[in-house]
Amino acid sequence: MERRSLAASSLVYGAAIVMSAVILAPLVWLFLMSISSATDLSAQPLHWWPETLDLSRYGTLVSLVSNSAGEAFLGSLRNSLFVSGLATLGAILVAVPSAWAVSRTPQVQWSLFAVIATYMLPPVSLAVPLYMGLAHFGLLNTIVGLALVYLTILAPFATWLLKTGFDTIPQEIESAAMIDGARLDQTMRLVTLPLAKPIVATTALFAFLLAWDEFFYALLFTADQRAKTVTVAIADLAGGRVSDYGLIATGGILAALPPVLIGLVMQRAVISGLTTGGVKG
Amino acid sequence: MSSAWITTRAWLLMLPLLIVMIAIVGWPMVDTVRLSFTDTRLVGTSGEYVGLANYAKLLTGNAFLGALRTTAVFAVFSVAAEMTLGVLAALLLDQQFRGRSFVRALMILPWALPTVVNAMLWRLIYNPEYGALNSLLTQLGILSEYRSWLGEPGTALWAIVAADCWKNFPLVALIALAALQAVPRDIKAAAVVDGAGAFARFRFVLWPYLAGPLTIALVLRTIEAFKVFDIIWVMTRGGPVNSTRTLSILVYQEAFSFQRAGSGASLALIVTLIVTVFAGFYIALMRRSGSRA
Repeated sequence: MERRSLAASSLVYGAAIVMSAVILAPLVWLFLMSISSATDLSAQPLHWWPETLDLSRYGTLVSLVSNSAGEAFLGSLRNSLFVSGLATLGAILVAVPSAWAVSRTPQVQWSLFAVIATYMLPPVSLAVPLYMGLAHFGLLNTIVGLALVYLTILAPFATWLLKTGFDTIPQEIESAAMIDGARLDQTMRLVTLPLAKPIVATTALFAFLLAWDEFFYALLFTADQRAKTVTVAIADLAGGRVSDYGLIATGGILAALPPVLIGLVMQRAVISGLTTGGVKG
Repeated sequence: MSSAWITTRAWLLMLPLLIVMIAIVGWPMVDTVRLSFTDTRLVGTSGEYVGLANYAKLLTGNAFLGALRTTAVFAVFSVAAEMTLGVLAALLLDQQFRGRSFVRALMILPWALPTVVNAMLWRLIYNPEYGALNSLLTQLGILSEYRSWLGEPGTALWAIVAADCWKNFPLVALIALAALQAVPRDIKAAAVVDGAGAFARFRFVLWPYLAGPLTIALVLRTIEAFKVFDIIWVMTRGGPVNSTRTLSILVYQEAFSFQRAGSGASLALIVTLIVTVFAGFYIALMRRSGSRA
């Protein structure tokens, strides 16, 4: 390893400290807001460090008392969990066979570009007919309806990511099984899928994060506690008449916790996912 | 196995995906085209065929051109800043220093933070009375009196660009870092030994590895920026005085707030057309780089 001069070294460390501060400061402030008392937050100039600790908002938002703000917020977390889970399941089910087919069949490789183009479509281009269609089938403001709409994003995304994953599994292993007389479904079940397990799991987690983050369709197609997701609940908090900024911040912390934890645990997969292209912010 | 059977088998395996996509993407897309030639309302009676009237009204009105301009400004400046900061951050993270893996892990945080939470967080930071930015700048003596960052047409869009940049530059950084780490160590070392300056090393040693992944990131980020809705909706809803009203926000207002489904659809199609051009670039890039898809 090359030796750096003292000046170069201090430049590197200085830049690293500045960058860490830039990334951390807003997040630390979000957390501090969630535990500062209302008086600390409305002081001018601000009290950067809370004089009185106030953990009550976590109790307010995580509460099962009926008709409370907590029940509504927990309900939105539950809706997000169900919608994202259902949409992810559906996406994986249709994407696994298609991704495998595209990966193993040069003749249909071009269809991957159609899949990618679909994934990049702006949601506004489908919003009006989807709204009318959901209304027609009585699926507006339902978990199933929103999950179905999320498939428009998740299914092409999962197909794309799974295809790049299947590409890394050598075809020869499958051919060997086939030569030994295994049928296609047996080869898939006994050879390919066990090998592809980590790929499928990573894709499912990314799809789940994508659905958890979705806001536009959720804003359009949900109206109340029956299907409202956590992103809509956060937007309501931020844009509504809530005067306690600490409460808004607490909602943000709670909504961010699942994806941030998943992101940190899956660091390695995140980085390799980013470099294949499909995973976005 | 005959090649015809292999192709048929592939289509059979893709059938479930195909059916779902035709139902929830293909059909809606066709219906958007149909709606764009009508004066259909979102709810109630079905509309009449009006030919190109919706498009004519859009292309001659101020709202569309204003939104197009706002979207372009947002996309150009946020993407440019994200690419620049991302590459600088990656160059830093490619150096050896203590705590490097910690800093790299930090980069995951803004990426993982939900877009809506990021928007809400910065909306609180920019708050005109109790926001952290006003307090910080005043305490540092940079600002003499509190400002309404999101309330003034002159600063609102830039405040949003900064918030978007904070969330997305780490993504570019991680992509660029992965590319830099593919540069063989001895090539990097040889350039130093040969006495190449910092710029020459970047241009001739690192850039050949960076160019491909960065171009892909650039196109992907541009597509995302052109579709921008969430961050703007939560921070300003397109205001003040429409200064942050992008194309997606305008479609939302037209089709859903004013319930003019027909003209909303025509606007949505124009947005789609623009995004399709970028997506075409992306796909062409991927075809050229071969099996990277």
